[in-house]
Amino acid sequence: MNDLRADQVSVAFAGLKALSRVDLAVAPGRIVGLIGPNGAGKTTLVNVLTGFQAATEGAVLMEGQSLAGLKPHEVRRRGIARTFQGGRLFRDLTVIDNLEVTGVGLGQSRAASIAEAEAMLDWIGIAHLAGRIAGALPYTDERRVAIGRALIGRPRFLLLDEPAAGMSAQEAADLSALIRRIAGEMGCGVLLIEHNVGLVLGLCDHIVVLDSGAVIETGPPEVIRASEKVRHAYMGSAADIDLPVLEVEA
Amino acid sequence: MQVVFDALSLGSLYALGALGIALIFGVMRLVNFAHGDVIAFCVFALLWPSVDAVAIVFAGNLPWFLLIPFTLAVGAGLSVLSEALVFRRFRRANPATMMIASFALGFVIRYFLLMLFSSRPKSISLLPGLSQPVEILGARIPLLQVITILVTLAVLVGLTAFLRRTRFGLEMRAAAENFTMARMLGVRANRVIMGAFALSGALAGAIALILGSQTGTANIMMGASVMLMAFIATVIGGMGSLAGAVIAGFALGAVATVMQVVLPPDARAFRDAFVYGAVILVLIFRPQGLLAARGTKERV
Repeated sequence: MNDLRADQVSVAFAGLKALSRVDLAVAPGRIVGLIGPNGAGKTTLVNVLTGFQAATEGAVLMEGQSLAGLKPHEVRRRGIARTFQGGRLFRDLTVIDNLEVTGVGLGQSRAASIAEAEAMLDWIGIAHLAGRIAGALPYTDERRVAIGRALIGRPRFLLLDEPAAGMSAQEAADLSALIRRIAGEMGCGVLLIEHNVGLVLGLCDHIVVLDSGAVIETGPPEVIRASEKVRHAYMGSAADIDLPVLEVEA
Repeated sequence: MQVVFDALSLGSLYALGALGIALIFGVMRLVNFAHGDVIAFCVFALLWPSVDAVAIVFAGNLPWFLLIPFTLAVGAGLSVLSEALVFRRFRRANPATMMIASFALGFVIRYFLLMLFSSRPKSISLLPGLSQPVEILGARIPLLQVITILVTLAVLVGLTAFLRRTRFGLEMRAAAENFTMARMLGVRANRVIMGAFALSGALAGAIALILGSQTGTANIMMGASVMLMAFIATVIGGMGSLAGAVIAGFALGAVATVMQVVLPPDARAFRDAFVYGAVILVLIFRPQGLLAARGTKERV
């Protein structure tokens, strides 16, 4: 019961079902992948888990406690952090300011949030970027800063929304190593939403596949790799990921 | 030398006004056209209500060390009140709706003053010691001009330090850039917005003191011309850029002063038309303003 759990979660927008009775669980220290073609409902599920979107039916539980009715910053204070597609850093602020404002928002003193921000940048290996203006960072550095910002306050669960988008193979491999450290060294439960299926297959302990708002497959990477339903979901859609990517060994 | 001080002094007024507008625009995307009326309100707050031609001074007789904080507090208080009573209801409204609400609020303040004081300008004497001239590099400059420039510089340095070095300043900078994201991270939105209104109102109070001392009159329309130039300065500076607003404020002051000197005597009555012409030229070549907020630039 110490996990983050979506229990039969449904979301409807003006009668259109974006999610339909979705179950998902992320345990501390584990990495769970969430994949599916474009429009499958992955980001909607992340929004529900982090308080950005209310579930029409079902419940979101963290360590057995319902998160219903909590605002995003209240969910964040409970220990569930997320990143966004595209990073969404404060582009006019320096890198360290971006991390520091998160600590301040979590109720830390300014001195404590500066100290944690410096330690976090060091831990990720980007301490040299501290004084840089976030808007001038290269794409991959921006993603790493976004992850650092999400890790401020030592959340118990981290939801990464397409962190490898636009990265080269080497950059994606470096990101994989970082995500492993987050789960292994911090004991943080990670939910990885990613179009790079090779990355997800190589990194995750457990994978949930969504299609048209419903879970079509769930299990360890080898089950997902062998699943006809998953192949069909990707082949039958106009997704930018085709079947051969599934077969790439991570 | 006199021209330089005139330019800096006028530019200071515009810069302070532009800063007041840019601060609120930063956190709310609101162009607060009531700002000029807050300036007028601060001057009239120093007088007893009366429709007589001669002003009956109330707080205006206070010694400077009480008069200054009193006026700044009146500006800050009225500004915070306007946020709590009016603009908070429009937080989710589009910028045009908020702008119209600010016009409406401006009219409410103006007509409130009109009821209490009538539309007749009143002669007042604020900080009379400041009209004494001082000699600087051979030129005789009114002490008020020197103090206006020094106060503006002090405000700019103080505000920069506040924004860079305090927790509240950090929250304000984050909220100014992406209010929704700042809120998601737990930044206290109400406090940040109220703080921006309080700072903006205090700046209006500072302008009121300077204008009241310079002109020696209290007029319910006295904030309007500064407000217009200050708004233009925020546009030229790049909406959302505090530094841009200040630079453009000083630039407008310089252009207006220089034109007053170089234009032929017959054309001087049309000085403002030439100033606005220069503004149009700047915006043709840099429609995003001199210093567009970094978030609006394309990434290279």
